[in-house]
Amino acid sequence: MTLAQARTGQVADRDSARRFVDEYVLPRATEFDRAGRVPEDVLAELSRAGLWAPFLPAGLGGSDVDMLTLGRIHEEIGRGCSSVRSLLTVHTMVTWAVRRWGTETQRAYWLPRFASGAALGAFCLTEPGAGSDTARITTTARRAGDGWTLDGVKKWITCGQRADVFLVFAKTGQGIAAFLVPSDASGVEVRPITDVLGTRASMLAEVVLTGVETGPDALVGPDGFASGMVMSGTLDLGRFSVAAGSVGIVRACLDACVGYTSQRSVEGRPLRDFQLIKAKITNMVTDLQAGRLLYERAGRLKDEGDAATIMATWVAKYFASTAAARHAGEAVQIHGANGFGPGHPVERLFRDSKVMEIIEGSSEVQQVTIATQAYGEGVA
Amino acid sequence: MSDTTAGKIRDFITGRFPTVRFTDEEDIFSLGFVNSLFAMELVMHIEKTFGATIPNDELQIDNFRSVTSMTGLVGRLSPAGVS
Repeated sequence: MTLAQARTGQVADRDSARRFVDEYVLPRATEFDRAGRVPEDVLAELSRAGLWAPFLPAGLGGSDVDMLTLGRIHEEIGRGCSSVRSLLTVHTMVTWAVRRWGTETQRAYWLPRFASGAALGAFCLTEPGAGSDTARITTTARRAGDGWTLDGVKKWITCGQRADVFLVFAKTGQGIAAFLVPSDASGVEVRPITDVLGTRASMLAEVVLTGVETGPDALVGPDGFASGMVMSGTLDLGRFSVAAGSVGIVRACLDACVGYTSQRSVEGRPLRDFQLIKAKITNMVTDLQAGRLLYERAGRLKDEGDAATIMATWVAKYFASTAAARHAGEAVQIHGANGFGPGHPVERLFRDSKVMEIIEGSSEVQQVTIATQAYGEGVA
Repeated sequence: MSDTTAGKIRDFITGRFPTVRFTDEEDIFSLGFVNSLFAMELVMHIEKTFGATIPNDELQIDNFRSVTSMTGLVGRLSPAGVS
């Protein structure tokens, strides 16, 4: 972190992210959860801190942070609130796609806006009838003059209620291609999805596209063969962010449980003195460190441009998301009725953690993918 | 490990799929083991190994069909890198 970043309050490493979370996120996470949205003043703080796209070059408004550091930042945000981290995740995915695959015109227009938070992005892949099975999406993009006409329905879109632009995946006839569609474009209808189990403040929506006309500059990346790579590459980054955020959940569980068991007594003894409690705490510590090592390895491989990052990210996400769900369950168990009650952090962590096992590739899809690789090339 | 462009590409593919047999001219997509994930790994490997970013207009399936076609792609990206 540079001195200039420290002066302006920009977040560019784990320590500054931790301070940001402790001041702006953690104290209000329950409020976000109950309101079902992250309020505008917090979104503005995220902008001020440069958290929307710190991996962009400074010339575009970013902080030049590498992927390893981005993971550490997202871990800290995940420790505070998975809904906020989810907003950053999908925005990161859209921003990365434009940076990696966009035209010069798209980059010049969108990237400074993405970096500053002037425009928020949302990733529109999932549909009512197509989740993990992306080949079954039915949204279409038809050639219309020199542009495209999009029709279809996208569902479970994180930040859908608030995003300024959607990265929409649609079938073109040659493959699945990605399109930038402003949320205020004619033919776009946003239907909020509320009262979900977890990440309740992630402002989920169903996005209905009816005869949405775009110009030729809406297409991100090539149509045809390489369009699958736009989707795979973007999901890879989302998976990386979720892995880091899941490690943040484990950290939050550990913090809550260490605090609670140090104060709560049973039969005149603090809970922390009981061996079964120590076993649970030990497992949290171990999985926290293991999960962190896994996503940090994936981040380093991304920074090196090493293709091994793809599978490393699958492994990190699988491990961290399942660990988060396991330890959030244990955290509620340790807290007893107190953890079951409304408004307690571990109750929110319990609900949020379940989502991590579903998004960006369910645990089952990950198991199939990881095992397939093991059979294909042997266990690393 | 091979020192040639074709050899480096072949080594990467056989490293990931040791049981698959193919010639440098053979269409690897017709062999059924290439999915979008591996295609992305292939792109990343070529970019890292040969120090070049593949522009969108070169991301055509014909450029990745075989070891020979990928060698040709690398040659266009960095002619000095082909041997």
